[in-house]
Amino acid sequence: MSDSPIVHARGLNLSLGGRKILANVDIDLFPGEVVALVGPNGAGKSTLLSALCGDTDVDSGSIQINGLDLKQWKVGALARTRSVQMQDARVSFAFTATDVVRMGRAPWAGSVHEDRDETVIAEALELTETATMAGRSFPTLSGGEKARVSFARALAQETQLIMLDEPTAAMDIRYQELVLTETMARARAGVSAVVVLHDLSLAAAYADRIVLLSAGSIRAVGTPVEVLRPDILEEVYRYPVAVIEHPESGGLAVMPIRQHLRSRNIPQEELV
Amino acid sequence: MITSTPEPIALTAPAESSTSDSAAPEVVPELRNAERRRSLRVTVLFAFLGCCLLVLALASAGIGQMNLGASEVLASVLHKIGIPWGTLPEHPHAESALWAIRFPRVVMAIVIGAALASAGVLMQGVFGNPLAEPGIVGVSSGAAALACVVIVFGLDFLGSWTLAVAAFVGGLAATALVYVTARQGGRTEVVTLVLTGVAVNAVGGAIIALMTFMGDSSSREEIIFWQLGSLNGTRWEYVLFAGPTALLGIGLAMFLTRKLDLLALGERPARHLGVDVERLRRQVIVLVAILTAAAVAFAGIIGFVGLVVPHILRMAVGPGHRVLLPASAMGGAVLLLAADTAARTIVPHADLPIGMLTALVGGPFFFWLIRRTRRGAGGWS
Repeated sequence: MSDSPIVHARGLNLSLGGRKILANVDIDLFPGEVVALVGPNGAGKSTLLSALCGDTDVDSGSIQINGLDLKQWKVGALARTRSVQMQDARVSFAFTATDVVRMGRAPWAGSVHEDRDETVIAEALELTETATMAGRSFPTLSGGEKARVSFARALAQETQLIMLDEPTAAMDIRYQELVLTETMARARAGVSAVVVLHDLSLAAAYADRIVLLSAGSIRAVGTPVEVLRPDILEEVYRYPVAVIEHPESGGLAVMPIRQHLRSRNIPQEELV
Repeated sequence: MITSTPEPIALTAPAESSTSDSAAPEVVPELRNAERRRSLRVTVLFAFLGCCLLVLALASAGIGQMNLGASEVLASVLHKIGIPWGTLPEHPHAESALWAIRFPRVVMAIVIGAALASAGVLMQGVFGNPLAEPGIVGVSSGAAALACVVIVFGLDFLGSWTLAVAAFVGGLAATALVYVTARQGGRTEVVTLVLTGVAVNAVGGAIIALMTFMGDSSSREEIIFWQLGSLNGTRWEYVLFAGPTALLGIGLAMFLTRKLDLLALGERPARHLGVDVERLRRQVIVLVAILTAAAVAFAGIIGFVGLVVPHILRMAVGPGHRVLLPASAMGGAVLLLAADTAARTIVPHADLPIGMLTALVGGPFFFWLIRRTRRGAGGWS
């Protein structure tokens, strides 16, 4: 992680309709690490990701990818450098899951890497446990299945930078863990991964660094232990939380403190 | 540090990619088999469409007030290209009827069918909606409206090209208008698309009506021909213009097929995969206008070909544009040739408007398609 950053962003500002969406955000993403973007609804997580991948123009600030200003990148070269999985995966026609994963290989068409297309597609299907639905039409898949196929497409793109916007939102526990384990494995292979997450315990388990956003600006950056502190989280999320050590596997787990349960736990006769 | 040529970070272990296919993951043979089945299906389909087209062309040229056998028609064609095979038709006027009237019409039906179906494929691809079609969203009526203006005012600033160019400009304007107004976030909802079509068709219809009102009786007759659509009176000069134009349009569109596939993911994901969406969109709109104008300028408004054909073929060979586009071009040719043959033979001594025929079949089909896509079975939203 001592290399130069793949993404180097400074002073990002963005307002929409008079509301500040991003306020002076600085962020660096390095090869080999998983960075989780967390924060309450409307904190600017998705907007920040969208700005970093070039979808949304910022009002001011600079974004460099591999030392080159994002605006100067050709769309094709950028596609060979970063892959993006967006929140809602929709496909207009009845392409099969394999077709969709194969689309992830499009940036490499015409290069020497095209020869590996079939192998990479098979591997991506295998890793995401989507091989069984390979021949099914994408629009008929469930939300979680669509998200896994989209993740497979992002993997098949084989880029140095992988950006995921709430990839686990529609997934059950098994696939949440699967997707983030695979994301971590990509990071260990030298990829820089940035993931928008809502589940703080997932972020704690898989992120090397957590960026906590609040109202468009960065409230805290650091390792899970540094960022996921009850006082910071309570202030940002406006809800009391407990941060505990996971009894079985270790690692942090973030739990809301539920007042109604607390009162119910006390036997009635003791209250009298 | 500037990486001008980004390198992939391989997903597979290097050992696997360097060895032969047999060592690749186990899914590969399965995928390869699926691929093989698909390509077999595609080959069969193209062979089938090719045969249909050939048989239909020979039959269509033979049918009419003067009935000729397919073998006589074939003999006539072969003699013309220097192969003395078969017996020429006995009827003294057969040769001239074939070459001056029927062949141009047969070729024109093929050209226009191919152009309209291809335009349908392109529009559906760029709108991300299987209901987009030049007739429905008003591109055809836009083209026809401007062509009517040319007829009524007797404009000829570009000589004999004036009409075709006017149809092209009208088509281009209508396509661009629909595109700008009907889309949201790279997709078009059915309701928005159809309502935009209603609006554009209304304006186009109003211009045509105004021109009908203003024109003298001869231009009125011409305008009515535009509105109904017909291949009656096709001459070789028309074919020589429409044919290469349509071929050029379809040929250029073939370069865009992979990008259109990626566009099915939506605009942003397509951009993430390296598609210059803005450029693609401009290219497709111009191509749709070229293809529609080539058809409308010589045959008037013929609706629903671009809707029915791609939809049926998508069910047969899947939505991948690399196969869908040429297959639809052939399918459109077959459909329109069949429709035109029917139009001129169903009622003896009468030439029915072909646009009426296609609408008669296409209207109910469109209705069924709306019902079906609304249930979500079509999988387009």
